[in-house]
Amino acid sequence: MPAVPLYAQLINLLAAVLLLLAFAMLSQRRVLSLIDLFAAQGAALALSTAIVAWATGQRHLYWSAGLTLGLKVLVLPWILRRLIHRLDIEWEFERLINIPTTMLIGIVLVVFAFNLAVPIAELANTVTRSTLGIALACVMLSFLMMITRRKAISQVLGFLAMENGLFFAATSATYGMPMVVELGIALDVLVGVLILGVFFFQIRDRLDSLGFANLERSRDDD
Amino acid sequence: MRADALPLLAAAIAAWLAIGALGLVRPLAFAFVSRLLFPLGALVALLVAGIALLATAEPVATLVLPLGLPDLPFHLRLDPLSAFFLALLGAATCAVSLFSTDYFRPSEGTAPGLVAFQYHVFVASMATVLIADDAYLFMVAWEAMALASYFLVITEHRIAAIRDAGFLYLFIAHIGAIAILLTFGVLQGGSGDYTFDGMRAARLQGAWPSLGFLLALVGFGAKAGLLPLHVWLPEAHPAAPSPVSALMSGVMLKTAIYALLRVTFDLLHAVVWWWGVVVLVVGLLTALFGVVFAAAQTDMKRLLAYSSMENIGIIAAGVGLAILFRAHDKTLLAAIALTAVLYHCLNHAMFKTLLFLATGAVLHATRERSLGRLGGLIRRMPWVAWLALVGTLAIAGLPPLNGFVSEWLLLQAFLFTPSLPQSFVNMLVPLAAGALVLAVALAAYVMVKFYGVVFLGRPRDPDLAHAHDAGRYERVALAGLAAACVLLGVLPTFVIGVIDRVNTMLVGAAVIRPGVSSWLLLAPIDAQRASYSPLVMLAVVVAVVVLAIQVVHRLYHGRVRTTGAWNCGSPEPTPRMQDSAEGFGQPIRQVFEPFFRMTRELPSAFDAEPRYRVTIDDPFRYWLYRPIARVMEKLAGYLGLIQHGRISAYLALSFATLIVLLFFVR
Repeated sequence: MPAVPLYAQLINLLAAVLLLLAFAMLSQRRVLSLIDLFAAQGAALALSTAIVAWATGQRHLYWSAGLTLGLKVLVLPWILRRLIHRLDIEWEFERLINIPTTMLIGIVLVVFAFNLAVPIAELANTVTRSTLGIALACVMLSFLMMITRRKAISQVLGFLAMENGLFFAATSATYGMPMVVELGIALDVLVGVLILGVFFFQIRDRLDSLGFANLERSRDDD
Repeated sequence: MRADALPLLAAAIAAWLAIGALGLVRPLAFAFVSRLLFPLGALVALLVAGIALLATAEPVATLVLPLGLPDLPFHLRLDPLSAFFLALLGAATCAVSLFSTDYFRPSEGTAPGLVAFQYHVFVASMATVLIADDAYLFMVAWEAMALASYFLVITEHRIAAIRDAGFLYLFIAHIGAIAILLTFGVLQGGSGDYTFDGMRAARLQGAWPSLGFLLALVGFGAKAGLLPLHVWLPEAHPAAPSPVSALMSGVMLKTAIYALLRVTFDLLHAVVWWWGVVVLVVGLLTALFGVVFAAAQTDMKRLLAYSSMENIGIIAAGVGLAILFRAHDKTLLAAIALTAVLYHCLNHAMFKTLLFLATGAVLHATRERSLGRLGGLIRRMPWVAWLALVGTLAIAGLPPLNGFVSEWLLLQAFLFTPSLPQSFVNMLVPLAAGALVLAVALAAYVMVKFYGVVFLGRPRDPDLAHAHDAGRYERVALAGLAAACVLLGVLPTFVIGVIDRVNTMLVGAAVIRPGVSSWLLLAPIDAQRASYSPLVMLAVVVAVVVLAIQVVHRLYHGRVRTTGAWNCGSPEPTPRMQDSAEGFGQPIRQVFEPFFRMTRELPSAFDAEPRYRVTIDDPFRYWLYRPIARVMEKLAGYLGLIQHGRISAYLALSFATLIVLLFFVR
């Protein structure tokens, strides 16, 4: 077995942690814990980006690591916790149907993602190419999470987790997107969360609940 | 003064932004905003005009500002072309800002501080467009300009019609912006270098230059108001407050012309002759369309907006001609056409700004925009009336004022076209020259209508007796613009001397050559063929007038008898018996009836209260915009079939699409 350098081992470890966290989010029912998991995912992402930056000497990756740390570990979880506190839904549970089935679908998706990543990983010449499959799997698992949830706030978390996966994919395939794109996406995410925060209040005021079931009546032709 | 012009101009732009930010600090402090911020803005504008005018003679200067995004700095560049347009912007903005000192009043709409903020951001972004030297900064400034002007248009946002006009403007501006973005995408030629220097170095092959040019024509044409993307123009100009209309018409439309010239003559390395034909035809159609519709209008600001279309059309025709000559390497003729273009840009900035500001003063004094209720204001508002007369004569193209010089130059350029190799272009040109003359003549007709109905005759409404003249600052602004109209008219060789620096840069020839033109005599080709001497013209006009007054005074002195005029047999003439705006425009409506979509409401002979109403609509809205909207609505209806209103269903749908696509792509 060829010797794997230390940084590559660390990155692989962090990639595995990311995947594990994605599965944890898929099965977590409490919203507050979901936010903790999301923050942990952000921290793992920031750490891995920093390690890639250190290993390859790509200066701009330090920027994106710092951005990830600030935005996804500190700012967004703080905003979301405050929202939950003000909406007074700290103790709400989500009635998830059939967690085992969801997990099974998740495993199928991971296999598919690894399969998908093989040709791309061969093209990429980065030290991190082996983690591309995990990154894609994270994106798909987060998507799956958005589909299975019924509450607005957990869907937002799914959306944010998907962005994490995307970020990881970009780092592992091409050492990150151009700085402009990264900044743009970061801003989009921040603004998106702020707007959604406003919408939470609106939805609750109108419908007395944050479940999306009520919104299904709002089609104008019904 | 040598190489410092560009940093100074950048500082001036920053100063405008700072003034705007001050407006945000105290948005409701009316006196603070109007008595301090707008005069400060005018001062900065004056400095910009002066610096830019001096900078036209300087060599090209560039500057890289470490602003914007990391690794993507702002590139600035000052060359004769941008300096010329900056001088235009500074001069017009100075007058408009000064006028705004008196103009904006506390009203139902946007807070005064906010208006000052939007106004200064608008001006600063227009100036930035002119000195941008990379596509990134250009687009940022271009969009800031569109947004700021949108918010200015909807200052009175409580009125639904004004919100609609603003939406239409924003919509067309977006279509234009997409085309411009694509233009830059084509121009960088696969190099990924979005600085203008990179685009100058790119050598596009095959159909790419033509594609880039056509996209630029669509994008900048949408902002300039060329057919068929003109629909926003007659809606947005009347909706905006008058100083804003003045800026939009006088300056913003010119930034589009600037950008078109920049792309065509500077960024693209060669021009193709048929581009010129396209621009020429579109320009002339726009000019004719604009002037015919202007003749039919009964709202004074709409009339001026359509007249702006006419002027932009004439300018575009000149651009087309310049392209045509440039493609055939007739540099002197190209320089003449380009001179006409730039001269007319400058002239239009002066007289249209003057007229829009004058309508603003009238609007304030009477709260009335409809020509049917104005009249006789020359007695109530002598300052505005006499100064507006200068603008009216200038826009009508009468010598010795400035409108004549540029239109004459353009006609001269047309008269020299028969030397072109394409025979069909040769056949087209006399037609085009005819159309140009028609447009110019009708413009004079329109201006007679505008001035005659608003300022002459008797007041059509008793309320007009309370009309008051413009304020002090307003008078200064109007007088400055009127003086500019006269000076630009009588000193053409000096103006063309400045414009020649742009000509030399863009087409490599100058119009003023020693031995052919002198300070007194302007001769584009040579003095035998055609020449114009405005000072002699002015002297003759003044001499004839003075002489006539003297002669009449001597011959008839003491033999004047004052008596009532013959009243056509009707004992009590009322103001309603005067020629009205509708009546004056009627012959034009009759002649050009197929152009219009007219709905008429005629009274019958037995009506107790007879009413006559004509509404004139833009045929493009019916034949072009409505069908597109209908098709889009239909397509959107099909999409509605998969709309369930359940978010998880949507997500599952997109997820499935993603998985399937990924499966096929791998």
